[in-house]
Amino acid sequence: MPAPTCASCGSARAALRRPRSGQALCGSCFCAAFEAEVLHTVLAGRLLPPGAVVAVGASGGKDSTVLAHVLRALAPRLDISLHLVAVDEGISGYRDAALAAVRRQAALWELPLTVVSYADLFGGWTMDAVARSTAGSGRSRSCCTFCGVLRRRALEEGARLVGATHIVTGHNADDMAETVLMNFLRGDAGRLARAGGLGSAGEGGALPRCRPLHLASQKEVVLYAHFRRLHYFSEECVYAPEAFRGHARDLLKLLEAARPSAVLDLVHSAERLALAPAAKPPRPGACSRCGALASRELCQACALLDGLNRGRPLLAIGKGRRGLREEPPACAPPAAAPTPAPAPPPPTTCAQQNDLRSRSVTCAYQTSIGM
Amino acid sequence: MAAPLCVEVEFGGGAELLFDGVKKQQVTFSGQEGPWDIQNLLVWIKKNLLKKQPELFIQGDSMRPGILVLINDSDWEQLGELDYQLWDQDSILFISTLHGG
Repeated sequence: MPAPTCASCGSARAALRRPRSGQALCGSCFCAAFEAEVLHTVLAGRLLPPGAVVAVGASGGKDSTVLAHVLRALAPRLDISLHLVAVDEGISGYRDAALAAVRRQAALWELPLTVVSYADLFGGWTMDAVARSTAGSGRSRSCCTFCGVLRRRALEEGARLVGATHIVTGHNADDMAETVLMNFLRGDAGRLARAGGLGSAGEGGALPRCRPLHLASQKEVVLYAHFRRLHYFSEECVYAPEAFRGHARDLLKLLEAARPSAVLDLVHSAERLALAPAAKPPRPGACSRCGALASRELCQACALLDGLNRGRPLLAIGKGRRGLREEPPACAPPAAAPTPAPAPPPPTTCAQQNDLRSRSVTCAYQTSIGM
Repeated sequence: MAAPLCVEVEFGGGAELLFDGVKKQQVTFSGQEGPWDIQNLLVWIKKNLLKKQPELFIQGDSMRPGILVLINDSDWEQLGELDYQLWDQDSILFISTLHGG
């Protein structure tokens, strides 16, 4: 059967049908509609005010490529300036190729690019070094836990370096829906309390972050890149494990096949979620070392790096999560009097909320939405 | 005997990794084995082109969810999906969406 005619321009052959409206559009009109929707998301949510200096987390992948391209098109209308920030985790054979893609994009779009590296920021701890350090521990997949936390910190540092007022990342609706499912499946009240946020307002002095593509379906992100002829890097990270997110993703795909609106409905449900008062996480304090948001003495990034530097990479990982100060002494003194058992500590609410109590690991490439 | 059918298959978004990195190739079917629809094309691809891990490309009789199919730059959902009858010189593009970005 021949494809219908575009409902918008009426002349070209329709290339696709929008899932929500059922409207048949040609490639060009679809791209225009996609851009208009991102514009609406930003304006309605007041995500990027006029004059904002926006650091775009750029990985060379499909989402950040589309994000940068769309924001560049919208920049005059929004009166914002853009600066690409790429993070070099030090994964040989993988990140180099991705960074090459980002450099090409920066040159093509004439956008300034700053690359920040784990090696420089974290005292030589590249992901390859972290992987070697955790390799003998029997939990080699936990290297991805490090990457998620450190990447977030690195992006913050890069954004500050370029004088940014806001950070944007390319998380799409599918990413958000997967994260919502993961948080429910793991009973993570702390994240669920934040899972609905369009972005973080910048607690504890952190730069405000938002995800302008969070209402765009993954399929439409890929189609936009196709019709705009955008080139991106599409290989999986060499350390990507069979992360828990994979299960959430498979479940989401099944749900989507049965009910196409399930992806966006999940995102909207999370936005409207309110937690019972008893379930809300306590107000966080500041890391004693770096001042970032933390519910323990050390924020997650500092705790992880300390473990690495002490030659005990898993110190801040795993069930119980005995931190550095809380390590029991060699001979525990007998309890003088019975004391009530303390409540289990809430998950760290540092810049990146990775739930370290869970045995599962969130892949670096698929950072959870955190705050 | 019907005229031979020549189509171009293309793989993108990471799907090319399942085909030894080959992004584009011409495929010719002789008329006797027809009629050729996408369903038959998938069977043919699985048998002749897929170098590894077929379950990452095909699930059952159809595409693995998350791999888009564009026929002459149009979403296959509009054209009948598996039942679309191939024409000579058609271009079929398979784009994977299944990776981080």
